[in-house]
Amino acid sequence: MKYIDEFNDPQLARRLLDEIRATVTRPWALMEVCGGQTHSIIRHGIDQLLPEEVELIHGPGCPVCVTPLEVIDKALEIASRPEVIFCSFGDMLRVPGTGRDLFRVKGEGGDVRVVYSPLDALDLARKNPGRQVVFFAIGFETTAPANAMAVHQARRLGLDNFSLLVSHVRVPPAIEAIMTAPGCRVQGFLAAGHVCSVMGTAEYPELAEKHRVPIVVTGFEPLDILEGIRRAVRQLERGEHRVDNAYARAVREQGNPAAQRMIEEVFEVADRNWRGIGPIPASGWRLADAYRAYDAAHRFDVTGIRTEEPAICRAGEVLQGMIKPTECAAFGTTCTPRTPLGATMVSSEGACAAYYLYRRMNGQAPHSAPAPTGTPGPQGSRLPQEEMNPVG
Amino acid sequence: MCLAVPGKVVSIDHRADPLTGLIDFGGVRKQACLEYLPDVRVGEYVIVHVGVALQRLDEASARASLELFEQLGLLEEEFGDAWRQAALQESGSEAQ
Amino acid sequence: MADLASTAAETPVDPANWTCPAPLRDQPVVVMGHGGGGALSAELIHDVFAAAYGNPVLAGMGDSAVLNLGGVRLAFSTDSYVVRPLFFPGGSLGDLAVNGTVNDLAMSGARPAYLSAAFVLEEGTELAVVDRIARAVGAAAEAAGVTVATGDTKVVEAGHGDGVYVTTAGVGLVPEGVDIRPQRARPGDAVIVSGPIGQHGVAVLSVREGLEFGAEVTSDTAPLADLVAAMLAVTPDLHVLRDPTRGGLAASLNEIARASGTGVRLYERSLPVPEAVAGACGFLGLDPLYVANEGRLVAFVPPGEADAVLAAMRAHPQGGGATVIGECVAEHPGMVVVATGLGGTRVVDLPLGEQLPRIC
Repeated sequence: MKYIDEFNDPQLARRLLDEIRATVTRPWALMEVCGGQTHSIIRHGIDQLLPEEVELIHGPGCPVCVTPLEVIDKALEIASRPEVIFCSFGDMLRVPGTGRDLFRVKGEGGDVRVVYSPLDALDLARKNPGRQVVFFAIGFETTAPANAMAVHQARRLGLDNFSLLVSHVRVPPAIEAIMTAPGCRVQGFLAAGHVCSVMGTAEYPELAEKHRVPIVVTGFEPLDILEGIRRAVRQLERGEHRVDNAYARAVREQGNPAAQRMIEEVFEVADRNWRGIGPIPASGWRLADAYRAYDAAHRFDVTGIRTEEPAICRAGEVLQGMIKPTECAAFGTTCTPRTPLGATMVSSEGACAAYYLYRRMNGQAPHSAPAPTGTPGPQGSRLPQEEMNPVG
Repeated sequence: MCLAVPGKVVSIDHRADPLTGLIDFGGVRKQACLEYLPDVRVGEYVIVHVGVALQRLDEASARASLELFEQLGLLEEEFGDAWRQAALQESGSEAQ
Repeated sequence: MADLASTAAETPVDPANWTCPAPLRDQPVVVMGHGGGGALSAELIHDVFAAAYGNPVLAGMGDSAVLNLGGVRLAFSTDSYVVRPLFFPGGSLGDLAVNGTVNDLAMSGARPAYLSAAFVLEEGTELAVVDRIARAVGAAAEAAGVTVATGDTKVVEAGHGDGVYVTTAGVGLVPEGVDIRPQRARPGDAVIVSGPIGQHGVAVLSVREGLEFGAEVTSDTAPLADLVAAMLAVTPDLHVLRDPTRGGLAASLNEIARASGTGVRLYERSLPVPEAVAGACGFLGLDPLYVANEGRLVAFVPPGEADAVLAAMRAHPQGGGATVIGECVAEHPGMVVVATGLGGTRVVDLPLGEQLPRIC
């Protein structure tokens, strides 16, 4: 496929890797902000190919991972109502709220539907005038134009049975929070390409200057990610800290003005709680006053729900790059992909889940201290669920 | 955060509200909202995320990136840096 | 990743002080993931069914059980079929109900002979729909060379079913000298898939309400017993056969790796993923390795026989696209690992439940 295949070329990847190797002289910690980039890094095994000086810290850029527990609890409450058709992106269904998840609500009779687009949820509202259709509007700046379009259309069409449960977050305040947190190890950022396709790059020079940190707008195919890393490492080695666009085919400096206008009309900046991290000022969007009637949290009166994270889970520190997943006491013991404690273990590209899988593989591979045959590996005895033989 | 993929605009329905087009993703075709790219033309490539086209793809930029990557390799071959050759072999053996 | 190995000793956690917000394994109700062919399905079988009536035969865990009965080796299998919508590009519920059970029998090397077919009909379903599915069952049985020998019909009230559910069971004879089961995978075995992957799952999704997309992809639903016979004609010593249905190739290979205590190493560049499958998986955020197939098999073949088996498969109409996708290894037992196109590796784990379109 055009714009995908060319940017997967192993020959060119090798050249980029060689160039990174030739450039780097000392350790650097880079954070890829976006969960989509983490996914690509893991899917292609990019982290294993980099020179050991370059460490990638998986950032908080997965809207599924950072949606706060209390919003998920609100979603569970709304989705349980008999009059509601609750629509969501597929990856939200497994994220645990307090005591249950959306799959469970569906199993208990809730009408929970996976949709591809918020506009599909709008269609459902049109086709089911007797039901309340609620869309779980999570996302970063990339998803905001779609969610804004859906509620804008609903208002224009007078679809009073449509509403959004909004948990929208923005990247720049998160970068600010990460850089000002005590113990921050991040020295350079790969900024999220598709966020910048929408918003442009105007918000980043100030951050790069203030924190003296390179910010490289980066795409998602392997060559894009390697090029982002190459440019960030080059800046660091030269002592520079600029905003650089390594994803020019999809990112213009001004972003997409039409999409920004729609976001401005529908949303207003608000403080947001990030799961595992806590409140970050001005880090999200809520519906603007003109659209408040379409806010599901008000319509279904769930604004009173307040819940907190379990204390043992350190997903927040993982998301901010302060600790590696393996430094969390729960990692691989009480917290596994089967029984996730935190969101970083839930999503397959979440940092903890990724570490977990590689640990299992490397823990028994011959080149890294094999476990004696017939005895469980160091974590084997703690993970009976993972060792079970399934049948078709 | 955001799974968005490039696709080719196959047709545009100018009567649709919001503006809608048919996008081809390698032989798979799906409708997407084009409201944020009102002047997009059939044959252009766009980035689509959850049913909404966010930005058009710029072919010249894509070509420039790929040419830059090619050049990285050419420089290396011209100079024949022994360290890099060693690194190349090392990473080559990892792939086995 | 050396740092991972060095931090093996973690602080033990006191389970009494532990506050998990949602231990998914403790789901008190059935969720869709229990039917997804992944870890939740496995857990349900282990905790409920095997606990209630487990026995050495059931523990064999092949696609079909091989029984010694009256001096012959009989393969026996059953499967229930639910699909929405009932008709999809390239087939229907009726095709799946026959081919699925025929293939489960074939995966133990058996020649399928007889099927049963039990219909559960929802009140209000158009008879024309039932008729179309019944005819599809008849046509598929004829194509597969099996006879529907017995059947049953039940009707449930409107709203209590998706129109039509079909359950089939089948029997067939396993030839002398053939012993095909997941436990027989051995390091060195070539891993061969019989054709392009992901077509069935993508074809069904393309007509699923709310996801509809136009695709030049049709379901691969097909009977595979004849292809297996052609492979057995080369050598009776095929180690493992599996049809990667729910959970896709990833689930089948993980099951084989775990049952045999071996590892599986795949080469990403060798995976036959049609462009349209890659395109659909791209915008839905799915991995083709986890997408269902209904007319493909994956074979573990001793290295010395791999070329001849591959040639025989390619000469057969159901195996024209056969290709070697990886090998069975002694390393990382119980795990499936993909060598990526760039030269890295990634772990392909057993899916938890069903794969869903994602945004992240």
